[in-house]
Amino acid sequence: MKKTFHHAFGVDKSICVGCTHCMKVCPTQAIRIRGGKAELMANRCIDCGECYRACPVHAFKIEEDDLSAIHRFKVPVALVPAVMMAQFPDNVSTGQIYQAIHKLGFSRVFEVEQSVNFLKEKMMEYQQKNAARPLISTFCPATVRLIQVRFPALTDHFILLKPPHDLTAELVKNNLLNEGHDENEIGMFYITPCAAKIAAIKSPVGEEKSIIDGVINIDSLFNKIMYLLKNEEGISAADERTHLGADAITWSLTNGEAKHMKYTTLAIDGINNVDEFLEKLENEEINNVDFLELRACDESCAGGILCASNRFLVQGRLLRRASLSQQKTNNKSLTGKEKTEASAFLESKMTLDTIDARPVKLDEDLGTALKKMERIRELMCFLPGFDCGACGSPNCRALAEDVAQKRANISNCIFIQHTSLIDRDHAGRIIQKIWGDESLNKDCSKKGAKHEGN
Amino acid sequence: MELKYKIQGGNFNRAGYASSEVKKVLKQLNVDPKIIKRIVVALYEGEVNIVAHAFNGLATVTIDAEKIKIVLKDSGPGIPDVEKAMELGFTTASPAVREMGFGAGMGLPNMKKNSDFMEILSTVNVGTEVVLMNYFSK
Repeated sequence: MKKTFHHAFGVDKSICVGCTHCMKVCPTQAIRIRGGKAELMANRCIDCGECYRACPVHAFKIEEDDLSAIHRFKVPVALVPAVMMAQFPDNVSTGQIYQAIHKLGFSRVFEVEQSVNFLKEKMMEYQQKNAARPLISTFCPATVRLIQVRFPALTDHFILLKPPHDLTAELVKNNLLNEGHDENEIGMFYITPCAAKIAAIKSPVGEEKSIIDGVINIDSLFNKIMYLLKNEEGISAADERTHLGADAITWSLTNGEAKHMKYTTLAIDGINNVDEFLEKLENEEINNVDFLELRACDESCAGGILCASNRFLVQGRLLRRASLSQQKTNNKSLTGKEKTEASAFLESKMTLDTIDARPVKLDEDLGTALKKMERIRELMCFLPGFDCGACGSPNCRALAEDVAQKRANISNCIFIQHTSLIDRDHAGRIIQKIWGDESLNKDCSKKGAKHEGN
Repeated sequence: MELKYKIQGGNFNRAGYASSEVKKVLKQLNVDPKIIKRIVVALYEGEVNIVAHAFNGLATVTIDAEKIKIVLKDSGPGIPDVEKAMELGFTTASPAVREMGFGAGMGLPNMKKNSDFMEILSTVNVGTEVVLMNYFSK
C-alpha cells in the first residue's frame, strides 16, 4: 500500500493572493499556482516551511491542536524545547514560564533536552560502530525528508536514533506509568518551533506511531503565556524544573550536535545550504567528512518558523543560559541509580527503523521515464528560460516537466502564447485559469497599494 | 537521448559538472542509486582527467532504456602507454595538480572499476578517447 504523507501546511485560499513567492523559494518545487491560489504537491513537500516564511500575506496555515485538547487527558504533559524558554524577554524567568504553562492546564512540564546527555553518548557509540561516512543526524525532520525526496542514495547514512523530544517523551511517560497513572490518562503534548516536527509526529518516519498525542505551536503558547504574565498576579517560579546542562541547552542550535562528534564534522544550517552540500556529497566530490549535522532553518531551531522572537536573540539567550548553567551546581539531576535505570529504559526505546527513500521520478518504468525526459528537453527548446513563473510553475524546466506529466499545457507560458499567435481571448482564458478570475482586477487594498488595509 | 558537455582543461572548479548533470537525469529516470553512483564516479574521474591533462574535451552521453554510454574525447597530450596508465597509482600529473588533491594515479583504474565496459583509444600529441558503458539492469 502506498503511504500518504501528512503535511502540517495548508493554504488558506481566502487569504492567498496567488503571488509566486512561495513557489519560487520551495526547495523541492512542490508548489504550483492554479486558479490564483498556491497548491501543494504532497509527494514533494518536505515541511521545511520556506513557503510560510516567504508568504507576504500569511496565507499558510499550520495545523495544531487547540489548547482545549489537553483536557481530554487527566495528566496533560507539556514537552517544551529549550528554544521555547528563550522566546521571552530577559525579565521573564524560566520559573515564571513553567508556572504559566501550569496555569494553562498542563499538570507536568518537561524540557525535551533532558535526554540529550544520553543521546549524545549513544550517537558517539553509533559513530564507533557504523562504517558509513558521513553519518547524518536525524534531528531535523525537514532535512531528513529532503534527503528522502531529493537524495535517495544518502538514506543509508542516517543515524537511526530517535530525537530528544521522542526520548524524553518515552522517559516521562514511563515515569508517569510507574507512578500509577493509567496509559489513557496521560496526554503528551509537544510544543513545536516548526512545522516539520508536526509532520514528523503525525506521519513519523522510522517508527510506526509517535508517542506524542498532540502538538501546540510555540507562537500560540507564547501569546497565551504573555497574556497570563501581563494580566495575572502572582505568577512566580515553579519548583519542578529539571536542570539542563550546557550541552542540552545548546543542542538545538547550529553545531549543537556536531561539536560532540568525532573526527571531521560539519554543521550546516539553512535548507538551501543543506541542499547545495548534499548535491556535492552525492556527486562523490566530498569524501572526508565523518558527521553531518543538517538543519533546515537558518540558526537551526532558534530560527524555527513558529518562533515568536528574533532568531539571534533566541540564540543569544540560550548561549547565556548555557554559560550560567555551567557555573551552577546541579542540585536536581538524577542520582547514580536513577540515571542507570533511565539509561537502560531509553536504550530499549532509542532505535529508529530504516528510513526509506521516496524520490521524485518521471516514471516507474525507465523506458517511459526516458521518453518523458526527451519530451522535456524538446520543450525546453521553445520555452524562453526566463523562469518568470507566470505559467504557474516555478521555472521553465518545471513547466516542461509539468507538460510532460500532463499537469499543465505549454500554452500556459505567456511567451509561447505570443510566439504561437494564440488569440487574445484564448490567452485570456488561460491566464484566468492559472491566476483566477479576479487577480488582474484593479484592487487598491492589496499590499503596497494606495488603500492597503481597507 | 544524447547529452553533451564541454570540458575545459585546467578548470578544476568546473570538473564534476557533467557528472552532476548526468546524475540528476538518471535520478529522474528511476535508475538504481547504486548504479548511478558507479556512473557518477566513473564520469567524474574522466572529467578530472581531461581537466588535469588535456586542453579541452567533450563528454557525449547516450542513454537508452538498457544502458548509458559515455564517450570522453579530448585534444591533449595523449597516453603513451595505456597499460601503464591503468596501473594503480601510476601518475603523470604535475606537482601543481597533485597539490590540489588530484592526480593520485587512481583515475583510470577507478573508471574501470566503476564501469561495465571501458575502452581507451589514444594518440600521443593528438588526444584520448575513453568509452564507458554501464547497464541499468541489476
